[in-house]
Amino acid sequence: MKPHRTLVALALTASLGLAACGDDEEGSGGGGGGAPEEQASATQDLTGAIAIDGSSTVQPFAEAAAELFQEQAPNVKITVGGAGTGDGFERFCAGETQISTASRAIEDDETEACTKANVAPSEVQVANDGIAVVTHPATQVDCLTTGQLKRLLAPDSRITNYSDAGGDLPDQEVSFFTPGEESGTFDFFTEAVLETDAEQRTRNVETSANDNQIVTGIEGTEGALGYVGFSFAEEAGDRVNIAQVDGGDGCVAPSAQTIQDGSYKPLARPLFMYPSEEALAKPEVKAFMEFVNTEQQAIAEAAKIVPLTPEQAAEAKTKLGA
Amino acid sequence: MAVTAGHREATRRAVDPASGAQRLKEAAFKATMLLSTLVGLLFLLVLIVDVARDGVPLLSADFLSSFPSRIRPEDSGVRSALQGTLLLIVVTAAFIVPVGIATAIYLEEYADPERWWNRLIELNIQNLAAVPSIVYGILGLAWIVRGPLSLGRVLLAGALTLGLLVLPVVIVVAREAIRAVPSSIRDGSLALGATQWQTIWKQVLPGALPGIATGVILALSRAIGETAPLILVGAVAFYRFDSDGLLSSFSALPIQILEAVTDSDPAFRDLAAAAIIVLLVILLLMNSVAIYLRNRYEQKW
Repeated sequence: MKPHRTLVALALTASLGLAACGDDEEGSGGGGGGAPEEQASATQDLTGAIAIDGSSTVQPFAEAAAELFQEQAPNVKITVGGAGTGDGFERFCAGETQISTASRAIEDDETEACTKANVAPSEVQVANDGIAVVTHPATQVDCLTTGQLKRLLAPDSRITNYSDAGGDLPDQEVSFFTPGEESGTFDFFTEAVLETDAEQRTRNVETSANDNQIVTGIEGTEGALGYVGFSFAEEAGDRVNIAQVDGGDGCVAPSAQTIQDGSYKPLARPLFMYPSEEALAKPEVKAFMEFVNTEQQAIAEAAKIVPLTPEQAAEAKTKLGA
Repeated sequence: MAVTAGHREATRRAVDPASGAQRLKEAAFKATMLLSTLVGLLFLLVLIVDVARDGVPLLSADFLSSFPSRIRPEDSGVRSALQGTLLLIVVTAAFIVPVGIATAIYLEEYADPERWWNRLIELNIQNLAAVPSIVYGILGLAWIVRGPLSLGRVLLAGALTLGLLVLPVVIVVAREAIRAVPSSIRDGSLALGATQWQTIWKQVLPGALPGIATGVILALSRAIGETAPLILVGAVAFYRFDSDGLLSSFSALPIQILEAVTDSDPAFRDLAAAAIIVLLVILLLMNSVAIYLRNRYEQKW
């Protein structure tokens, strides 16, 4: 450990400067002040540990964020877990983590539990999540209503042909390729569309934890239908047909935009990080959250997830600055 | 004479019951036994071949010395998990060796088996050996991570939980080893004027040590393969820095394997195979040490 003397000196001046400015500068946003090199060294000088746990959907995003942040702040030790949104909040309220990740907003009883334990969660949206319903490219399915999806995939469904699901679906044998129970995509789909507690039909369904494998299965099986994370469907291009989904307000095609604005119902949702207010008071946590906010585009790309809109990012930034 | 001949005939028939039906039965029995053995071996072989095919190409010094990476799976490694697992072995051993041996000595050398509390202890230990590991995880979460000890999600909490999990096994094995020391040794020692403590320390323990060591190592190799209790006490897979000691967060190989296996990106699943090989090598090394100790130091009385 022999850091350059100039660097140490720079870091010291920078951190002293920041400490001196203190609260009055924070309101105008951390990104505002200081020359770039000064800021970089301040980040480099940060130490501490940040434990992140929660949603398995947000896990890749949080891991990518931690890894990228570490390149700038090598002495901040970040761990990331994916216990699930609910379990994450439990640990968070027990004071075992500084940031809880979530694929839904915190519930009232969770907030209550946290408040009792003197942990104040502050909600920051970090990305968007969307699921695309896809079929074999030759299967002429333009739009599926949630009712049709329910008839096709409900736990007790015995349908073997699209036409049995109602509407004007083609007379075509159907088979299914979907994520399995270990996947956050599976949880989201079964809850949002099938309205079950993580259950769907098992007959004629091949499951895989790998969204790419699902795409390959659908591509190679005539009449196949399935669902994957939106980025994977988008990446697959012409290999599969992406169906529009009608959640009651007409057919909507999934796109970054419809997922971001929530009009792609019911298969779009915001993803959150909940740092506690006590944790946000620490410079390393604040710096990490600000990094997540400013670099969200790059992080989302690395984690194959839909980024925030500029407005969403601005809103999150305001929350962090406050 | 006739009687002797008759006897001889009867004996011959008893010794060599070579009628066709019996011989067939014999052969069928033997084949069944062999087949049962092969089932186990076959699955083990399939597992090893499957893992080796995916994992071996990824194994390298870099794999052992780099941290897990989300952004660059090809540069990902098991450094932190390997450190965590090795530290867990050491700390768990430091916990179970003294406690396990002391318990075994008490139960074998001091405890009066007629007393109800000693029988209760004995019954409890035997039952604890059969409790599922996840239950120990819950215990560790409630009493070590939170609750009375409140250590937090740290390596020491993981080691103590794993220690509790394998302690019954260590005690049972250590008792067997101590019991295998013949009572004539104890009697001789006591008759020469040694105290009970001197007898245990100078005669019984040295004689039982190879057996105890074997048991401890086998218990440890069970402990390091455990995943469920470690998840509950908060081991994490994404851990990109060197271990900070007993009172900091930690990672372990089984945790990283689990995370990698369930990842949606196939690149990470090959990493799981490579990590499984690393874990297998550690297990095989430990088991070979156990076998060596047993063969080298075992005493015939």
